Amino acid sequence: MIEIQNVHKSFGALQVLKGINLTVAKGEVLTVIGGSGSGKSTLLTCINGLEQIDSGRILVDGVEVHAKSTDLNKLREKIGIVFQQWNAFPHLTVLENVMLAQIKVLKRSKSDAEAEAVRQLNHVGLADKLKVYPSRLSGGQQQRMAIARALAMSPDYMLFDEVTSALDPQLVGEVLDTLRMLASEGMTMICVTHEMKFAREVSDRVAFFHKGVMAEIAAPEELFGAPKDPELQKFLAATH
Amino acid sequence: MFDTALTAKDLVFLAQGAGMTLFVTAISVFFGTIMGIIFGVIRYQIGPWWAAPLTFVLDVFRSIPLLIQLVLANAFVTTVLGLRVSGFTVACSVLSLYTAAYCSEIVRGGIEAVPPTLRRAARSLGMTWGQDMTYVVLPLATRVALPSWIGLALGVMKDSALVYIVQVVELLKSTQTLITRLQEPLFLLMICGLFYFLISFPIARFGGYLEKRWSND
Repeated sequence: MIEIQNVHKSFGALQVLKGINLTVAKGEVLTVIGGSGSGKSTLLTCINGLEQIDSGRILVDGVEVHAKSTDLNKLREKIGIVFQQWNAFPHLTVLENVMLAQIKVLKRSKSDAEAEAVRQLNHVGLADKLKVYPSRLSGGQQQRMAIARALAMSPDYMLFDEVTSALDPQLVGEVLDTLRMLASEGMTMICVTHEMKFAREVSDRVAFFHKGVMAEIAAPEELFGAPKDPELQKFLAATH
Repeated sequence: MFDTALTAKDLVFLAQGAGMTLFVTAISVFFGTIMGIIFGVIRYQIGPWWAAPLTFVLDVFRSIPLLIQLVLANAFVTTVLGLRVSGFTVACSVLSLYTAAYCSEIVRGGIEAVPPTLRRAARSLGMTWGQDMTYVVLPLATRVALPSWIGLALGVMKDSALVYIVQVVELLKSTQTLITRLQEPLFLLMICGLFYFLISFPIARFGGYLEKRWSND
C-alpha cells in the first residue's frame, strides 16, 4: 500500500504540491490527470524518493520513504518507475539493459537475470530485439524496453510518468497496450497520463490534480461522467 | 651517393631511447589517468565551489611549462627535501600530475555529457551512486572522452622529450647524443621523428578503432 499523507513540496518559491492525501491499495490502478505544472509528475518522483518533500509523509508498505533511516536503494527495488524520456542505456544491448540492475542490485546470477530479461522482453513484445542496441529501436520500442527493465526487478508497484508523451502518435498505442496488459494482470500502478481514453478504460480510480492540489478523485465513470470540480470540468472540456 | 656514419649499434641506442620514451609515457599516462578520473569525479560531484582548491592546483600544473615543473620538482626533492630520488622517478611523478591535470578536465566533461535523466533512471532501478557511476556514467563518459584522451596521451608522449632535463635518456636525448658525435643532425632528426611516429601511430589507430567500434551502439 502507498500512503501519501499531507505532502507539501516546493521548488524554490514555487509550491508544487500543497497538501496531498492519497492512498493506493495493492492491485489498484490509479491514473493521475491534470494540466502541466499541476504537480502530478513531481508526486511520482517523491514516492520513490528521487525528490525530497518539505513536509508530510509518504509510506510504502509502512516504510517512510523520506525517513533518514530508510534505505532508498532497497525501497526502490519495490517501486518500478518509467519516465517520459525512455532512458535506455545506450552502451548496452536491449538484453543487457534489462539484465544490469538485476545482477548489480538484486544480485541475481547472470543466467537467472538473462532468463528473467528474456521473459519480460517477450512480455512487452521485444523478443526479437535482444541483441540490438537501443539506438536501433523506435521510441515506442525503447519505452517498452524501459518497462521491461523496470518489471524485471519484480517490483510490487509501478509508476508511469507520462510514458507516451514523448512518442510519435502512431507509437502510443503499443505502449498503452503494454500498460493495459499489466493492469489486467493485477499490477499496482500509478499512471500520470494525458491519455483520457486510456485512463477511463484501465483505472480503478482517477485523480485530477490542479495547481498542486488533488481537486477530485473518483472512479472513472464518475469522474469523467459527472465531474464536480469546476477546474476539472474545464480541463475535460478542453481535452475532449 | 648518400653516406652516413650511423651504425646498427647506434640504431639500437636510439631504440632504447624510444623504449624509455614509451616507458615514461606509459607510466605517466597510466597513473595520470587514474588520478585524472578520481579528480574529475570529485570535481564533478562536489561542484565548482568546493572543488575550487583542487581546480586551482590542477590549473597550476596545466599552466606552468613542463620544463620548469621538472627542474623545480627535481631541485625541491633533491636539494630542499634532501631525498635521493632518481631523475626517472621525478620525471614520472611530474608527468603523471601534468597528465592528471588535463585528464580531470576531460573526465569532468565526459561525465557532464551523460544526460541526468539517464542517471535518474539508473538510480530509480535501485542502483547505488557507485553502481550508477561504474556501470552507466563512466562507460558513457569514456566514449565521449576517448578522442581527447588519445590526444592527451600522444601529447604526453611528445612532451616526455623534456625529461632529459632531469637526466633521463629518452628518444630525443639519445638523438642529441648521436648528433653531437656524428654531426648529421638532419638525418638523425628524421630517424628520431620516424621513431616517434612508429610509437604514436598504433596508439592513434587503436583510438580510432575503439571509436568506430563504440559508434555501433
